[in-house]
Amino acid sequence: MDASALVLSGSMAVAAGVVGCFALMRRMTLAADAISHVALPGIGLALVLQINPIVGGVAALLLGAILIWGLERRTGIPTETVVGVVFSAALAVGSLLASGDELIDALLGRPTAMGRWEFAFGLLAPLGVVAFLGAARHRLLISLVSPDLARTVGIDVARLNLAFLLAFAVTVALGLRYLGVLLMGSLIIIPAATAKHLARNVGTMFAVAVGVAVASTLAGSVAAALTHRPTGPVIIAAAAGCFFASLAVRRAL
Amino acid sequence: MSNRLEVVSLGVSFGATAVLRDLSFAVREGSAVAVIGPNGSGKTVLFKALIDALPHTGTVRWAPGTRIGYVPQRLDLERDLPLSGTDFLRAKAALLHAPEAEVERASGLVMLGREVEARPIGSLSGGQFQRLLLAFALLGRPNVLLFDEPTAGIDEPGEELLYATVERLQKEEHLTLIFISHELSLVYRMAGEVLCLGRRGVSCFGPPRHILTPETLEQTYGIPVDHYLHEVHGR
Repeated sequence: MDASALVLSGSMAVAAGVVGCFALMRRMTLAADAISHVALPGIGLALVLQINPIVGGVAALLLGAILIWGLERRTGIPTETVVGVVFSAALAVGSLLASGDELIDALLGRPTAMGRWEFAFGLLAPLGVVAFLGAARHRLLISLVSPDLARTVGIDVARLNLAFLLAFAVTVALGLRYLGVLLMGSLIIIPAATAKHLARNVGTMFAVAVGVAVASTLAGSVAAALTHRPTGPVIIAAAAGCFFASLAVRRAL
Repeated sequence: MSNRLEVVSLGVSFGATAVLRDLSFAVREGSAVAVIGPNGSGKTVLFKALIDALPHTGTVRWAPGTRIGYVPQRLDLERDLPLSGTDFLRAKAALLHAPEAEVERASGLVMLGREVEARPIGSLSGGQFQRLLLAFALLGRPNVLLFDEPTAGIDEPGEELLYATVERLQKEEHLTLIFISHELSLVYRMAGEVLCLGRRGVSCFGPPRHILTPETLEQTYGIPVDHYLHEVHGR
């Protein structure tokens, strides 16, 4: 493990912690996990076409975000149901496209050597996601309490939802190389769930979620390298450990 | 006096069901209009159409410079949402670039204690949450207040307090008030005009003494409404 890899995975975890807080408050827990699965057919297709799998994953995720947004705008359709069906199907199709070791890597994540542009994406995208969420935090908070109230304050709720889903998709894409398609949703949700359990205001929630996400990612990456295990499962085991520990402490913060 | 709001041939449908049909009325600047009608007659739907949160036909025209404060009936919140009342009020103040003093003014107006305000909003009682929503609506000094069923879930003294605040604000700040209420005594006391919405899209509009009659009320609610009238005349 070199220092630059730790910096990249650490900044990915910061973005995951912050995005997770909003996702959880917006009650997207199940959708969050399902959305990350949509990366798989993209990765599979990229492997077939012999282009960089991460490019395929990012493209599929952005498309998935726009698809969910479109479904949410049509009232009366139970989003969770559609998300569950569409993205489980994506997982199935993706598994057919990729195979063998490639499939395992895509599902569980495996940090490999990366090109210059991948390094730049890994460094700049988390900055972009966190900057966007920081700038939009007031609008996001009001609209998660009530979209109607948000409208009376002049917030364009539909546009804000799309921007949030795209930020979410980019965050999932960042985690693909470390955690893979199956587990990235968990790094977004588990630290935020831990924080939600402990916090009584949003400031504390963000601090705890980012702390748990970064600590589990760094500790998990080092532990996985030392024990020659895939990184994703070790990171998520560490995060889940924090969550269960938090259950013993009720709303102390 | 000029109109703050003009509604012409407003219609809202959900699928094949028309909830509001060909509804027209105007609200004068600084006046108080009560909206009455049985459950399911489209009172809340009307408010949502007024804030452009629902697709509708016809015209909703607010006067230029209108700032709306909206107090919804109830919100479906998780009890353990880690968002405090203070977080919620500050979010709106930040969007409006309003100074911290505005937050204090708004929560002072509704007499929300600092300790209550610091709690997660999902853990507040019905009455406390309603006052928080009113404080949120009053932030940024709106000139229109839309108040949906303000007394649902509030005890009597709390209700008096809320109404006294709204009445005072309406006079002091020339606020245009549009409120939904089932309590006809309150409607009689506060409203300059009453908009009644009946089932099947029947509506009427006029001063309380014309609308709050046994005949019109029976037509609106579909049943005789003697009980309410005793209350009205008893005041």
